[in-house]
Amino acid sequence: MLNGLEAIFFYLFAFIAVAAAFMVISARNPVHSVLYLILTFFNAAALFLLTGAEFLAMILLVVYVGAVAVLFLFVVMMLDVDFAELKTGALAYAPIGALVGIILAAELIVVAGGYAFAPELASTVAKPTPDLATRTNTAALGDILYTDYVFYFQIAGLILLVAMIGAIVLTLRHKQGIKRQNIARQVARTPATAIEIKKVETGKGI
Amino acid sequence: MQVGIAHFLTVSAVLFTLGVFGIFLNRKNVIVILMSIELILLAVNINFVAFSAVLGDLVGQVFALFVLTVAAAEAAIGLAILVVFFRNRGSIDVEDINLMKG
Repeated sequence: MLNGLEAIFFYLFAFIAVAAAFMVISARNPVHSVLYLILTFFNAAALFLLTGAEFLAMILLVVYVGAVAVLFLFVVMMLDVDFAELKTGALAYAPIGALVGIILAAELIVVAGGYAFAPELASTVAKPTPDLATRTNTAALGDILYTDYVFYFQIAGLILLVAMIGAIVLTLRHKQGIKRQNIARQVARTPATAIEIKKVETGKGI
Repeated sequence: MQVGIAHFLTVSAVLFTLGVFGIFLNRKNVIVILMSIELILLAVNINFVAFSAVLGDLVGQVFALFVLTVAAAEAAIGLAILVVFFRNRGSIDVEDINLMKG
């Protein structure tokens, strides 16, 4: 799949991605965790570029680094939490976690290394990737995303809409005792309700 | 030096495992648990993209796009719940999340 210089870059990006992912879960400070998460996403985007998935690589940067990671950073800094206290006793579950992790990784790698493609697999390709020289990856994705997969695309939009409304509904808080503009009341004002006429007698104040 | 799909699957497997391990390691800190879930979803995406490239099938990338959508929605909702929880309890410790006595 990848040869020569591309292979060297693959190892570089893969190593940095894995190392940064390890730092995400082991960093003491959650802000550092988020920054390492951003590094992981950058290197994963580079891996996507190596495979030719250019659009997904850029979307990964825009969505993950630009939106999700910044959201994480925002929440970490907004919450006033003693993170050092949260870290105490963390190593109590490390052995069983490591055991589960090592078994899982071994199984996954055995499966990944011991597979073989079925010979009839080539005929099951649903949407062949066009040649990058004739059609860019973005255009090719758009060709099928907006035609054959338009319903899935709209459902994805619906999911995002529901998530947005849910997040707003969850976190919106109406504080008491704050003066707010009430446009309906302002528009409904008439001279009768707004003005009070007082008869002032001559030679006297009010 | 030939890099094939097995290399990509190995990287993805390691990332996935680190995500699972992160959930065990940071049992108290919900923020890092959410980040671990992001790592797991990223590993899944790498799998999709690698298979899409090696099979020459564009649908894998379309599906990875939808995984990305769900991951973004999940992060937004999860962090919103976290903020509300912190407002009510003044803590993000997982062990304090026991109001329903489940």
